[in-house]
Formats: sequence, structure tokens, C-alpha cells
Amino acid sequence: MLDLFLDETHHALRDSAQAWVDRHIAPHAAQWEADKHFPRELHRAAAEAGLVGVTYPEAVGGAEGDVFHGLVVAEALIRGGSVGTAMGLGSHAISLPPILALGTPEQHQRFVAPVIRGEKVSCLAVTEPAAGSDVAGIRTRAVRDGDSYVIDGSKTFITSGLRADLAVVAARTGGDPDDAATRHDGISLFVVEKGTPGFQTGRALQKMGWHASDTAELFFEGCRVPAENLLGGEGAGFLGLMANFVSERLLLGVSAVATARMALEDSRRYCGERSAFRRPLHGFQVTRHRLAEMAAREAGARAFVATVAERHRRGEDVAADVAMAKNMACDACAFVTDAAVQLHGGMGYMAECRVERLFRDQRLYSIGGGTTEVMNEIIWRRGLAD
Amino acid sequence: MKIGVLLKQVPASDSRIKIADPQRGVALDDVKWEINPYDEFALEAALALLDAKVASDVVLLTVGGADTEQRIRDGLARGATAAVRLDDAAFGGSDCLGVSRILAAAVKAEGITLVFAGKQAIDGDNAQVPAMVAELLGWGYVGEVDQLEVTGAGAKAWRAAGGGARDVVEVGLPAVIGCDKGLNQPRYASLKGIMMAKRKKIDVKGAGAIGVDAGSVGASAALVSETNWGEPPARPPGRVLQGDDAARVKALVAALRDEVKVI
Ligand SMILES: Cc1cc2nc3c(=O)[nH]c(=O)nc-3n(C[C@H](O)[C@H](O)[C@H](O)COP(=O)(O)OP(=O)(O)OC[C@H]3O[C@@H](n4cnc5c(N)ncnc54)[C@H](O)[C@@H]3O)c2cc1C
Repeated sequence: MLDLFLDETHHALRDSAQAWVDRHIAPHAAQWEADKHFPRELHRAAAEAGLVGVTYPEAVGGAEGDVFHGLVVAEALIRGGSVGTAMGLGSHAISLPPILALGTPEQHQRFVAPVIRGEKVSCLAVTEPAAGSDVAGIRTRAVRDGDSYVIDGSKTFITSGLRADLAVVAARTGGDPDDAATRHDGISLFVVEKGTPGFQTGRALQKMGWHASDTAELFFEGCRVPAENLLGGEGAGFLGLMANFVSERLLLGVSAVATARMALEDSRRYCGERSAFRRPLHGFQVTRHRLAEMAAREAGARAFVATVAERHRRGEDVAADVAMAKNMACDACAFVTDAAVQLHGGMGYMAECRVERLFRDQRLYSIGGGTTEVMNEIIWRRGLAD
Repeated sequence: MKIGVLLKQVPASDSRIKIADPQRGVALDDVKWEINPYDEFALEAALALLDAKVASDVVLLTVGGADTEQRIRDGLARGATAAVRLDDAAFGGSDCLGVSRILAAAVKAEGITLVFAGKQAIDGDNAQVPAMVAELLGWGYVGEVDQLEVTGAGAKAWRAAGGGARDVVEVGLPAVIGCDKGLNQPRYASLKGIMMAKRKKIDVKGAGAIGVDAGSVGASAALVSETNWGEPPARPPGRVLQGDDAARVKALVAALRDEVKVI
């Protein structure tokens, strides 16, 4: 992250996290991407190294770090060279905050603490085949029956969906997705544990990038979950999901600038090593200028993401700014990774070349965690409209 | 039991080392520093005994200026309970023996009964200090240890003896153990540890505080002096053997026997 806002504890954590990543992820990154899988054991190893609990409360085993502690770890993980692994490992970052925001202390101990200890893996399941950006369009239903709820419906594109021991599932306890007046009502969050009868996962979805992460469909058919797995009462779901907005967008913003920086570093090195027309590639002014432009875009996006993170740390409302930061970072990353492939020539198109992977992996940043268009809506509503 | 860990900062193992000038040595301005990797095994061995409650304290001992404090903080963040940075104008220019005198005096002053050190530091690769510290203290020393059992009274240490054979050495306490790769998996500093380390104080002690004779250390007392620094000779270019297979095999065998002298 931007050094301007970091104190010695952030630097120390960054060094420590990077040392862990250099040993536990980087040597295996290419293999895990090719295997479309990273070992489950890594969740526990990361937890033991203290990398899972960084920003969570002490009561659940976290270290109560600030937003920058979380971001330096996120960047270190991306720098392992397998975005899929970083995102798979990071599925707790979108699934635990809603539990913490809505849940009781008992629910925190039951569901959050084991994930921070690395004993369990969690995922967040909101998106459905017919509803993504439009969360109010979800159709999965949960109907109260005595001491339990019965859930029917399906979810898709769920990160860590296959390996997760617990899923935080958005389901309707009221409202009607086809009725403009009530579609925002009655969205509730439930924790559904693996092995609950009526809960099944589908196949591992095949993707453009993030190969090492598992992305799955989840199916609920008469799935009965105890009422104590409801988080924060019926209809509290939107509030719970809002707990993610700023942190998830900052995390994606940092992932984007971290990815861009790696692509820039690889390009800079390659342009010094590779020759054409009897001179190194950076012997051409057009190449040097392209590298300069890549560096400038990355630096600008990084500075803005960090500034918004700092304002968030100070407690300011950054709803519009964080949407801008995510979009800027995604744009910078798209530009830099595309230029990186171009500068690598045919090699940039080869699976053995890291920029080939970074180019594919970054494509999701502007779709996941709220699309660019959804961010623009927020910028308009929260920043520009009266 | 109080354990001492000798902790040295060294240029990161992937640093590009350049000679600054033949008299002064290597250029260190742009170097990234890290804890000597073998010292990480030493620290982990000590922390494991702390976790197992065999040790009550783990004290880091570092000879060096304020620039070493970041590495010392790292050690504290991993779990060491205290740290002493040994710094004095009189210490400047010490050779291995001088550094060992400083460390041995500090070990005594701190009331330490077991010392863990890396088997060597990856900068100078002298592999002298742990043995010298033991000798100066009159303690036993076991070097290159990659497996260890410590009881209250002594330690049993294993090390490679070459050709797959193993040495097993028993040593009574107090003692110095030189740690090798394979002994353990060093832990990482977590944010909790980093925050706790902020509250731990690094003591800075000079010659007087540890009772070392200033005349026995430093440049003036050094028995070893460095006279010239140079790059290792550049690797000679490879040679492609010519001719058909039979001729090339003959030439290769001849070269391996007569020039390289490996067969
Ligand atoms: C690899 C991967 C991992 C994922 N992980 C998870 C996960 O763990 N949990 C989870 O719940 N979801 C997850 N998702 C789903 C992700 O959050 C959604 O894909 C994303 O929110 C977009 O929703 P959608 O795919 O339904 O696209 P749609 O919402 O159908 O959007 C299609 C297009 O329409 C545009 N659009 C939509 N609304 C508007 C509007 N109002 N104005 C202008 N344009 C608009 C969009 O910007 C987009 O360009 C994941 C997706 C992927 C690919």
C-alpha cells in the first residue's frame, strides 16, 4: 500500500506476510493455477501465521488491525502470483463481516472463530442464476417452520463454494422480487453448514481466470436450518451485506493495483532482457513511454485507493469515493496488464508467462464485488445527484 | 531457564552484492536486511522451549547499531521476551573474536544458561562466533544441529556426519548450540506479536554494562584484518565439444579427468 499511511507495524506485518507468501504460495503458484486447485491445508497454515485474523476483533481470535493492516496482507497474498489462491484464501473477508455485523456473540464464536483459526472455510452466497448486481432480485426462499427455516433455491459463482464448511446464504423471508414495492424487503442471511440435508454443491465452474480458486453452484432443496442460524433477524440481510461494501471494494482496489504492479515489474525486466532490431526493447522510446504510462497509472490508482482507505480509517463516509477508487484501480490494472501482454509479444500469450495469467485474472476485478456500472450508479447517487 | 539467542542482521539472501571499494568492502547502501536465516532456526528452537515452558525467558543478543533494531523487533514480534542490543564506540571494527568476547560477556551478564545461534551467518560465512562464545565461556558447543531435545539439565543434539551418517551428541548445560536448516520451521511474526513487541523495550548496553574490557574488542584488538576485497573470478565460458558421439565422449572423459580432475 501507499507508504505514506503506514507505520512500523504495517511494515513489519507486510514483511512477515510477504515472507510467508514467498515460502508457502509463490513456489507453487504456477502449479496450483494449472491444477485449478490449491491445498485446503493452506487455510490452516495462513491462519497459524496470523494472516486470516488480521482485522477481526480479539474476541473471535483476531488481531484488531486497522484497514491498512488488512490491505498490506491482501497485497502480499496477491504478490504470491496466484490471484485464485489469494481470492480462495480470502473468501472469509466477504463472508465473516456480515456474521460479525448481525450475529450474536454465540454465533460469532460458533461460526467466525473456527474460520479465523483455520479449522473451517467460509463463503458468501448471494448471487443467483437470475440475480447478481440486482440483489433485490434473488428468489431463494426461506420459510419458517417451527424452530427452523426451510430453504429452497440456488446460488452460483460462489467463491470457495465447494470447500466451504459454512455458507452465509442470502434468502427471502418476505417480499417479492417481481413487485417493485416489496422486492427490497425480506432479504435475510442464514449460516448453512456443509452436510445439512438438502444442501448440495454442483460442479467446479470453469473460468477465464482465478483458476486456483473454486467457484461453485449451491443448491438448496427443502434444506432445513435451525432458526439460531438466522443472522440478525428476518429482513436484516441488506444491512449485513452493507458491512462488506467498503472493505470489499478496497480489497479489490488493492488487488488491482498489486496485480498491475507485478505486470509492470515483469514488463520492465522483460524489456531490458529481450532484444529486437539489435537493441533491448526499452531502447525504443515508444517502449519506454509505454512503461512510464503504466507506472503512472498504477501509481495514481494506488495513491487514490490508499487515500480513500485512510479516510475510511478516520471514520468518514466514503461510499462514493470507494466506488471511484475501485473503478480507477480496475481501469489502471486493465490498462497495465494489457500493455504488459503487448510488451511481451508472443511470450505474453503463453501460459508459462506470468503476465498472461495476470491479464486473465484481472478481468474479474471490474465485475466482482459490484460491477463498474454499479459503482458508477453509486458515484452518481452518493456523490453527484442532489 | 533463560535462553539467549544470538541474532545478526545480514543482507537478504537474494541481494545483489557489489564491491564498494577494495579497502572498505561491499556496498551496503541499497541492501535489504533480514535476520540471518540460520538465526531464525535458533530463535524458533528457543521459542519452542518457551512454549513448552522449559524456558522462562528468551533474550535476543545483537551486536550492532540502531539499524539492527528492526530485525530485533521482528524477533520480539515472533515471541522473544527481551532483547539487548550491544553497542559501543569501542566495538567498531571487531573481528569474530571481538564479537564473541562481547557476546560472551553479555551472556554472562544476562544470566543465560543456554545459547542458540545460527551455525553461521550468511554474509561473512565465517562460522566462528558460536564456537568462540562457547570457548570463552568454558561451555560445551554443538554445531550444525538439525535435531534437538532439551531437558532441564542437558541437551541431546543430532547433526549430519556426512554420507548419510548422523552424529548424536549429548551436552550438559550451560551450552551453546549452533543451529542448522532442518531443525524446525521458523514461525512468522503475526500482527498480535508485532503489536506486543511495540511494548517491549530493547536494552542498549555498552562495554561497561556487560563488563567487557574495551581494549579486548574493536579494531585495535582484531587479530584478523581485511586487506583487499574483490569480485570472484568470472565464470569461464562453456565449451562445446566437437566431433561424433564417440569422439565427444572421449574428449569429455579426458577433460573431466585431466582438466577438472573430478574423475
Ligand atoms: C469468479 C467469480 C467469483 C464470484 N464470487 C462470488 C461470491 O463468492 N459470492 C457471490 O455472491 N457472488 C460471487 N460472484 C458473483 C458476482 O458478484 C457477480 O457476477 C457480479 O455481482 C455481477 O452480477 P451478474 O453476474 O449477475 O451480472 P449482471 O448483474 O447480470 O450484470 C450484467 C451487466 O449488466 C450491467 N448492469 C447491471 N445492472 C446495471 C445497472 N443498474 N446499470 C447499468 N448496468 C447494469 C452490469 O454492470 C454488467 O455489465 C462471483 C463471480 C465470479 C465470476
